[in-house]
Amino acid sequence: MSTLGAQRSHIKLARDYGVLLSAVGLFVVLAVASAPFRTATNQLNLLDQWSTIGIIACGSTLCIVAGGFDLSVDAIFALSGVIAAWTTVHLGSPVLGLLLGMASGLVLGLFNGVLVTIGRINPFVATIASSVVFLGIAQLITQGSVIAVDDTAFSELGLKRFGDLTLPALAFVVFAVLSAVVLARTVVGRKLYAVGGNYEAARYSGIAVDRVQIFAYAVSGLSASIAGVLAASRNSSGQADLRTELAFQAITAVVIGGVSIYGGEGTIPRALVGVLILALIGNGFNLLAVDPAYQQVLLGTIIVLAVAVDAWARRTQR
Amino acid sequence: MSRPLVELAGVSKRFGGATALAEVDLTILTGEVHCLVGENGAGKSTLGKVVAGVHRADEGILRLRGEQVTFRSPRDSIAAGIAFIAQELAIVPDRSVLDNVFLGREGSALSVVRRRAQLAEYAALAARTGFDVDPLARAGSLRLAEQQKVEIMRALARDAELIIMDEPTASLGGAEADQLLRIIEDLRAEGRTVVFVTHFLADALAVADRVTVLKDGRLVRTSPAAGETPDSLVTSMLGRSLGSMFPDARVDGPSDGDAVLQVRALSRPGEFAGVDLEVRPGEIVGIAGLVGSGRTELVETLVGLRRPSGGSVRVARTNGPFRSPRHAQRAGLVMVPESRKDHGLVLGRTVRENVTLPHLDQVSRLSFVSRARQTAVLETLLPEVGLDPRRIDSPVGELSGGNQQKVMFARWLFERPALLIADEPTRGVDVGARAGLYALLRKVADEGSGVLFVSSDNEEVIGLADRVLVMRAGRVAGELTGEVTEDDVLRLMFADETREEIA
Ligand SMILES: Nc1ncnc2c1ncn2[C@@H]1O[C@H](COP(=O)(O)OP(=O)(O)OP(=O)(O)O)[C@@H](O)[C@H]1O
Ligand SMILES: [Mg+2]
Repeated sequence: MSTLGAQRSHIKLARDYGVLLSAVGLFVVLAVASAPFRTATNQLNLLDQWSTIGIIACGSTLCIVAGGFDLSVDAIFALSGVIAAWTTVHLGSPVLGLLLGMASGLVLGLFNGVLVTIGRINPFVATIASSVVFLGIAQLITQGSVIAVDDTAFSELGLKRFGDLTLPALAFVVFAVLSAVVLARTVVGRKLYAVGGNYEAARYSGIAVDRVQIFAYAVSGLSASIAGVLAASRNSSGQADLRTELAFQAITAVVIGGVSIYGGEGTIPRALVGVLILALIGNGFNLLAVDPAYQQVLLGTIIVLAVAVDAWARRTQR
Repeated sequence: MSRPLVELAGVSKRFGGATALAEVDLTILTGEVHCLVGENGAGKSTLGKVVAGVHRADEGILRLRGEQVTFRSPRDSIAAGIAFIAQELAIVPDRSVLDNVFLGREGSALSVVRRRAQLAEYAALAARTGFDVDPLARAGSLRLAEQQKVEIMRALARDAELIIMDEPTASLGGAEADQLLRIIEDLRAEGRTVVFVTHFLADALAVADRVTVLKDGRLVRTSPAAGETPDSLVTSMLGRSLGSMFPDARVDGPSDGDAVLQVRALSRPGEFAGVDLEVRPGEIVGIAGLVGSGRTELVETLVGLRRPSGGSVRVARTNGPFRSPRHAQRAGLVMVPESRKDHGLVLGRTVRENVTLPHLDQVSRLSFVSRARQTAVLETLLPEVGLDPRRIDSPVGELSGGNQQKVMFARWLFERPALLIADEPTRGVDVGARAGLYALLRKVADEGSGVLFVSSDNEEVIGLADRVLVMRAGRVAGELTGEVTEDDVLRLMFADETREEIA
């Protein structure tokens, strides 16, 4: 054994710096090419716009690190908003509505976790199936239309400002910090990595593997419902057929950032860099008025690259 | 003399800051059996991987049949007639044994896989090797030793000219290991070349034509096996000679305090039945037996990984059976499992994280993991198991096989358990480190814990254990104390067969 110390493989280093450099590079290019991009208003707007995906990306990161996968965040996003709106309208309490809406994500996430762990159903299948169920419930509650909420206390939340930050933006920052700390510093975080990295080894080590994965799905559900309630508040309504692509976008961001889809690896800061890259690409293409079709092509390419580099880095680890 | 088949000239390989191979010059002759020996981390596997195209040398030249070659991937080396059996097995768990054996040899993409022809060829392979593995079984469901056989058959099925085996006997029992040595001799008789990495020096000397000793990534010497002895190899591997392999048994014998483990009539259908077992504090008990005799199933049941159908378990003052490893750990019962890669380590995470994984409560405050507390414990714990404490933040996947095993011991000695179980404790561990682990187990026992281990290496069982249990077909066939000989153990292991011979 000669020189010791940090010995991460070159590929992983290249990936980490590569992702960071691309983000910085994009930022600089946009700042130079577009005057509107440089404005503080644009940046704050970006933060506000991407708060939904940002929050959900944090939840997804925990889930993916633990070896899970949650495709039901779109459904939870919609259903939690519907629950918040319905409660506010029918029980007359916006506070209760907002709280119930957020809590619903936790419960729905727990449900996913139980399906995957105790039910031993493949995560893709389980969360796609539960999506259908959740959206069905949302349809039943809204009876196919939109639940409009005529309550200022309800609607104010999404528009509230703290200094320059909107409430969703603030929620994003807080959620990101909290999940980063949980993942990097706490006992539960260590267990998430262990369970995702080697499920059997974690089990042999006496980790309550099922509980840890259920926790991860619960957090993922919670992230979707926080985002969902904030969106419902901003829209002053809850509706079941929100056609979003949150799961896709959040997972894209996470993967671009270099969180391994095979589990056991990745951090919140990396996922956030992924969100940043997505945001910059979207914003840049808009500001520079490039055909959105190119944006799709570029995104697809980046995803494939990110996943390939991940698989590559894993292979050399053996 | 025969022609050189593979030549390495000035080959170096670094991983990050660590040098795995330094300017190695090595010639492998056509038709020879060439053994590589050396301590854990000496670079044996890396050398094999460079020749097999898994790794690319940073410097130096690789020649095959006199021509310089560059292997970009194992595919290239396979095409050149080289088969590599990795130390960490590469089985496709969800495919059948048959598919695994013929993996990569299915013919062109369009040709239909001809199952009947494959089955026939498989039968021929099985006859040639004497390996008896169900071709239609799911490879992932096989025990480690069987998976190892599948890997060996895969290499043979490729009809390679050069076969590199990295510790192929590590997970095989004595009889199967002997079988493999015979296969190697057959291969040589067919004119094939074999590179054989092993920690069993007697095996190495028995089959090898020439032996190469590596130390710290450098080649110490290559010499004819006939001129070497296990001692001479150990001396150049370690740079010092090794006193006795096994520590002395405790002078005053095990204390007669209450047993730390008391097992009565423990059974699990199809695996083991009516097992009685007792371990006292300060005592080391070894379980010998053939692969498949139910030893791993028994110890996995003790730590709560399997449910017994009947019988009782008591550890120190707690009554089992335990529902999970966590419950067993609380009672003071922990286990180093047989397969460190599948059941032990999270390869992508650091030594620090792997060791403290089951003890997070002790190294955290208010649910926050304290690096300082981890470091404080690991700084004394790692040297105790023979690991360099500067490795604390290396991902475990980057450690050599033997050092990974030491991480497993560090994990379960973090807190002194009432009873430490180790399933094949020295698999893949070099002689020097093995002596270190034996001494460690003795020390753990002397400090008052009980130790129970399973081993397919009878010499190890006899040398280390105060008391030996022999299991056969799921039952304890007998117990041996005092001066135990290998013959005694074998007689119990094969009791049925010998009885037939007598009759
Ligand atoms: N993929 C890798 N990344 C980083 N370091 C590695 C990697 N593979 C091996 N090493 C390092 O290279 C050195 C040589 O390792 P190698 O696996 O060749 O040893 P070995 O002689 O086969 O040991 P063992 O007997 O324990 O199997 C060790 O210090 C090891 O930590
Ligand atoms: Mg090795």
